[in-house]
Amino acid sequence: MSQSYNRGTVEDFGRWREFSAGMWAWIFHKFTGWVLVGYLFTHIAVLSTSVGVDPASAQAGSDLYTSTISGLESLLIVRFLEVGLLAVAVFHILNGIRLLMVDLGVGLESQDKSFYASLLLTGAIVVASVPTFLGGKLA
Amino acid sequence: MAQHYSSFDRGGRRWLFQRLTAVFLIGVLAFHFMLLHFVNHAADLTFLGTQARMSQVSYFATMWLFLVTATFHGVNGVYNALVNQGLTGSRKNAVKYLLGIAGLLLVVQGTRVSLAMTTLV
Repeated sequence: MSQSYNRGTVEDFGRWREFSAGMWAWIFHKFTGWVLVGYLFTHIAVLSTSVGVDPASAQAGSDLYTSTISGLESLLIVRFLEVGLLAVAVFHILNGIRLLMVDLGVGLESQDKSFYASLLLTGAIVVASVPTFLGGKLA
Repeated sequence: MAQHYSSFDRGGRRWLFQRLTAVFLIGVLAFHFMLLHFVNHAADLTFLGTQARMSQVSYFATMWLFLVTATFHGVNGVYNALVNQGLTGSRKNAVKYLLGIAGLLLVVQGTRVSLAMTTLV
Protein backbone atom coordinates (compact mmCIF):
# COMPACT_ATOMS: atom_id res chain seq x y z
CA MET A 1 0.00 0.00 0.00
CA SER A 2 2.64 2.51 0.95
CA GLN A 3 5.10 3.77 -1.58
CA SER A 4 8.32 5.70 -0.92
CA TYR A 5 9.19 8.83 -2.78
CA ASN A 6 12.76 10.03 -2.34
CA ARG A 7 12.39 13.79 -2.22
CA GLY A 8 15.74 14.33 -0.51
CA THR A 9 16.06 16.15 2.78
CA VAL A 10 14.08 19.26 3.57
CA GLU A 11 17.10 20.56 5.49
CA ASP A 12 18.87 20.98 2.15
CA PHE A 13 17.26 24.36 1.70
CA GLY A 14 19.35 25.25 -1.39
CA ARG A 15 17.03 23.10 -3.50
CA TRP A 16 13.88 24.93 -2.35
CA ARG A 17 12.54 25.19 -5.88
CA GLU A 18 11.97 21.42 -5.85
CA PHE A 19 10.08 21.42 -2.54
CA SER A 20 6.58 19.94 -2.36
CA ALA A 21 3.63 21.35 -0.37
CA GLY A 22 4.38 19.10 2.61
CA MET A 23 7.99 20.30 2.73
CA TRP A 24 6.89 23.94 2.72
CA ALA A 25 4.43 23.13 5.50
CA TRP A 26 7.33 21.62 7.50
CA ILE A 27 9.49 24.72 6.94
CA PHE A 28 6.67 27.17 7.79
CA HIS A 29 5.80 25.20 10.91
CA LYS A 30 9.45 25.31 12.10
CA PHE A 31 9.79 29.02 11.28
CA THR A 32 6.54 29.99 13.02
CA GLY A 33 7.53 27.78 15.97
CA TRP A 34 10.88 29.60 16.35
CA VAL A 35 9.09 32.96 16.24
CA LEU A 36 6.49 31.89 18.81
CA VAL A 37 9.00 30.51 21.30
CA GLY A 38 11.12 33.67 20.93
CA TYR A 39 8.02 35.75 21.52
CA LEU A 40 7.08 33.70 24.60
CA PHE A 41 10.35 34.65 26.33
CA THR A 42 9.93 38.31 25.30
CA HIS A 43 6.31 38.32 26.43
CA ILE A 44 7.15 37.09 29.95
CA ALA A 45 9.95 39.68 30.10
CA VAL A 46 7.49 42.49 29.29
CA LEU A 47 4.86 41.13 31.70
CA SER A 48 7.53 41.09 34.42
CA THR A 49 6.85 44.82 34.81
CA SER A 50 3.83 43.66 36.86
CA VAL A 51 6.10 42.39 39.65
CA GLY A 52 6.11 44.79 42.58
CA VAL A 53 3.53 47.22 41.21
CA ASP A 54 2.63 49.92 43.73
CA PRO A 55 -1.16 49.65 44.48
CA ALA A 56 -1.61 53.44 44.64
CA SER A 57 -0.07 53.98 41.20
CA ALA A 58 -2.12 51.04 39.86
CA GLN A 59 -5.28 52.84 41.05
CA ALA A 60 -4.11 55.98 39.26
CA GLY A 61 -3.23 53.96 36.14
CA SER A 62 0.35 55.21 36.23
CA ASP A 63 2.07 51.96 37.27
CA LEU A 64 4.99 50.49 35.33
CA TYR A 65 2.96 47.58 33.86
CA THR A 66 0.12 49.77 32.50
CA SER A 67 2.48 52.45 31.17
CA THR A 68 4.78 49.86 29.54
CA ILE A 69 1.88 48.24 27.68
CA SER A 70 0.26 51.51 26.63
CA GLY A 71 3.70 52.84 25.64
CA LEU A 72 4.32 49.83 23.40
CA GLU A 73 0.79 49.95 21.98
CA SER A 74 1.25 53.62 21.06
CA LEU A 75 3.92 52.64 18.53
CA LEU A 76 2.61 51.85 15.04
CA ILE A 77 5.47 49.41 14.43
CA VAL A 78 4.33 47.36 17.45
CA ARG A 79 0.81 47.16 15.99
CA PHE A 80 2.24 45.81 12.72
CA LEU A 81 4.44 43.36 14.62
CA GLU A 82 1.32 42.16 16.43
CA VAL A 83 -0.40 41.52 13.10
CA GLY A 84 2.70 39.52 12.12
CA LEU A 85 2.49 37.61 15.39
CA LEU A 86 -1.17 36.86 14.72
CA ALA A 87 -0.29 35.53 11.25
CA VAL A 88 2.42 33.33 12.69
CA ALA A 89 0.19 32.06 15.53
CA VAL A 90 -2.83 31.37 13.30
CA PHE A 91 -0.74 29.46 10.76
CA HIS A 92 0.96 27.44 13.52
CA ILE A 93 -2.46 26.58 15.00
CA LEU A 94 -4.07 25.63 11.68
CA ASN A 95 -1.09 23.67 10.41
CA GLY A 96 -0.83 22.11 13.89
CA ILE A 97 -4.40 20.81 13.52
CA ARG A 98 -3.37 19.50 10.08
CA LEU A 99 -0.36 17.74 11.65
CA LEU A 100 -2.53 16.14 14.33
CA MET A 101 -4.79 14.85 11.55
CA VAL A 102 -1.78 13.52 9.62
CA ASP A 103 -0.55 11.78 12.79
CA LEU A 104 -3.95 10.18 13.24
CA GLY A 105 -3.87 9.10 9.61
CA VAL A 106 -6.91 11.23 8.72
CA GLY A 107 -6.94 12.71 5.22
CA LEU A 108 -3.35 11.76 4.40
CA GLU A 109 -4.03 11.85 0.67
CA SER A 110 -5.16 15.49 0.89
CA GLN A 111 -2.37 16.76 3.18
CA ASP A 112 -1.21 19.13 0.41
CA LYS A 113 -4.71 20.58 0.03
CA SER A 114 -5.03 21.05 3.79
CA PHE A 115 -1.72 22.96 3.75
CA TYR A 116 -3.07 25.33 1.10
CA ALA A 117 -6.29 25.65 3.11
CA SER A 118 -4.23 26.56 6.22
CA LEU A 119 -2.44 29.26 4.24
CA LEU A 120 -5.65 30.70 2.78
CA LEU A 121 -7.49 30.67 6.09
CA THR A 122 -4.51 32.30 7.83
CA GLY A 123 -4.51 35.04 5.18
CA ALA A 124 -8.26 35.60 5.53
CA ILE A 125 -8.19 35.76 9.34
CA VAL A 126 -5.19 38.10 9.37
CA VAL A 127 -6.67 40.47 6.78
CA ALA A 128 -9.99 40.53 8.67
CA SER A 129 -8.12 41.30 11.93
CA VAL A 130 -6.02 44.19 10.65
CA PRO A 131 -8.63 46.90 11.49
CA THR A 132 -8.90 45.62 15.08
CA PHE A 133 -5.14 45.51 15.56
CA LEU A 134 -4.47 48.91 14.05
CA GLY A 135 -7.53 50.48 15.70
CA GLY A 136 -7.74 51.79 19.27
CA LYS A 137 -5.76 54.66 20.66
CA LEU A 138 -2.33 55.40 19.18
CA ALA A 139 0.06 58.06 20.44
CA MET B 1 4.30 8.21 1.06
CA ALA B 2 6.97 7.08 3.48
CA GLN B 3 5.95 4.60 6.17
CA HIS B 4 7.09 6.75 9.07
CA TYR B 5 7.18 10.46 8.51
CA SER B 6 7.90 12.10 11.84
CA SER B 7 10.77 14.09 13.29
CA PHE B 8 10.40 12.23 16.59
CA ASP B 9 11.42 8.74 17.71
CA ARG B 10 8.56 6.32 17.17
CA GLY B 11 6.59 5.79 20.37
CA GLY B 12 8.64 8.38 22.27
CA ARG B 13 7.23 10.31 25.21
CA ARG B 14 8.52 13.63 23.80
CA TRP B 15 6.38 13.00 20.73
CA LEU B 16 3.31 12.21 22.84
CA PHE B 17 3.68 15.25 25.13
CA GLN B 18 4.31 17.52 22.14
CA ARG B 19 0.96 16.36 20.70
CA LEU B 20 -0.95 16.50 23.99
CA THR B 21 0.26 20.04 24.73
CA ALA B 22 -0.56 20.99 21.12
CA VAL B 23 -4.20 20.01 21.59
CA PHE B 24 -4.45 22.18 24.73
CA LEU B 25 -2.53 25.09 23.19
CA ILE B 26 -4.70 25.22 20.03
CA GLY B 27 -7.68 26.25 22.15
CA VAL B 28 -5.92 28.37 24.76
CA LEU B 29 -3.75 30.37 22.35
CA ALA B 30 -6.80 31.21 20.23
CA PHE B 31 -8.73 32.18 23.40
CA HIS B 32 -5.80 34.34 24.63
CA PHE B 33 -5.61 36.23 21.33
CA MET B 34 -9.39 36.71 21.19
CA LEU B 35 -9.67 37.97 24.76
CA LEU B 36 -6.70 40.34 24.75
CA HIS B 37 -7.01 41.79 21.26
CA PHE B 38 -10.67 41.56 20.31
CA VAL B 39 -12.74 41.47 23.52
CA ASN B 40 -10.31 43.79 25.33
CA HIS B 41 -8.07 45.87 23.08
CA ALA B 42 -4.37 45.46 23.96
CA ALA B 43 -3.97 49.26 24.05
CA ASP B 44 -6.58 49.53 26.81
CA LEU B 45 -5.04 46.94 29.15
CA THR B 46 -4.35 48.10 32.70
CA PHE B 47 -2.85 46.44 35.75
CA LEU B 48 -6.22 46.56 37.53
CA GLY B 49 -7.98 44.88 34.59
CA THR B 50 -5.32 42.18 34.42
CA GLN B 51 -5.55 41.72 38.20
CA ALA B 52 -9.34 41.32 38.01
CA ARG B 53 -8.99 38.56 35.39
CA MET B 54 -6.10 36.83 37.13
CA SER B 55 -7.99 36.81 40.45
CA GLN B 56 -10.52 34.30 39.10
CA VAL B 57 -9.35 30.79 39.97
CA SER B 58 -10.30 29.25 36.60
CA TYR B 59 -8.62 32.03 34.59
CA PHE B 60 -5.49 31.95 36.76
CA ALA B 61 -5.25 28.15 36.44
CA THR B 62 -5.77 28.29 32.67
CA MET B 63 -3.09 30.97 32.22
CA TRP B 64 -0.57 29.18 34.43
CA LEU B 65 -1.17 25.90 32.56
CA PHE B 66 -0.80 27.92 29.35
CA LEU B 67 2.62 29.09 30.55
CA VAL B 68 3.80 25.58 31.43
CA THR B 69 2.48 23.83 28.32
CA ALA B 70 3.65 26.57 25.94
CA THR B 71 7.12 26.52 27.51
CA PHE B 72 7.35 22.73 27.19
CA HIS B 73 5.96 22.75 23.64
CA GLY B 74 8.31 25.55 22.56
CA VAL B 75 11.49 24.30 24.21
CA ASN B 76 10.83 20.68 23.19
CA GLY B 77 10.08 21.89 19.67
CA VAL B 78 13.36 23.80 19.47
CA TYR B 79 15.28 20.78 20.79
CA ASN B 80 13.59 18.54 18.26
CA ALA B 81 14.31 20.96 15.41
CA LEU B 82 18.00 21.04 16.36
CA VAL B 83 18.21 17.24 16.62
CA ASN B 84 16.56 17.18 13.21
CA GLN B 85 19.34 19.37 11.85
CA GLY B 86 21.86 16.73 12.92
CA LEU B 87 22.79 17.72 16.47
CA THR B 88 24.45 14.73 18.17
CA GLY B 89 26.76 13.65 20.99
CA SER B 90 27.93 16.01 23.72
CA ARG B 91 26.61 19.10 21.88
CA LYS B 92 23.17 17.51 21.85
CA ASN B 93 23.44 16.88 25.59
CA ALA B 94 24.63 20.44 26.26
CA VAL B 95 21.72 21.86 24.24
CA LYS B 96 19.29 19.57 26.09
CA TYR B 97 20.39 20.87 29.50
CA LEU B 98 20.63 24.49 28.34
CA LEU B 99 17.08 24.40 26.93
CA GLY B 100 15.85 22.57 30.03
CA ILE B 101 17.29 25.27 32.30
CA ALA B 102 15.95 28.07 30.07
CA GLY B 103 12.49 26.49 30.16
CA LEU B 104 12.61 26.05 33.91
CA LEU B 105 13.67 29.68 34.43
CA LEU B 106 10.84 30.86 32.17
CA VAL B 107 8.28 28.89 34.19
CA VAL B 108 9.71 30.25 37.46
CA GLN B 109 9.61 33.85 36.20
CA GLY B 110 6.17 33.32 34.63
CA THR B 111 4.91 32.00 37.96
CA ARG B 112 6.31 35.09 39.76
CA VAL B 113 4.49 37.25 37.19
CA SER B 114 1.25 35.28 37.65
CA LEU B 115 1.43 35.68 41.43
CA ALA B 116 2.13 39.43 41.07
CA MET B 117 -1.01 39.77 38.95
CA THR B 118 -3.43 38.02 41.29
CA THR B 119 -5.08 38.67 44.62
CA LEU B 120 -5.74 34.94 45.09
CA VAL B 121 -2.56 34.43 47.15
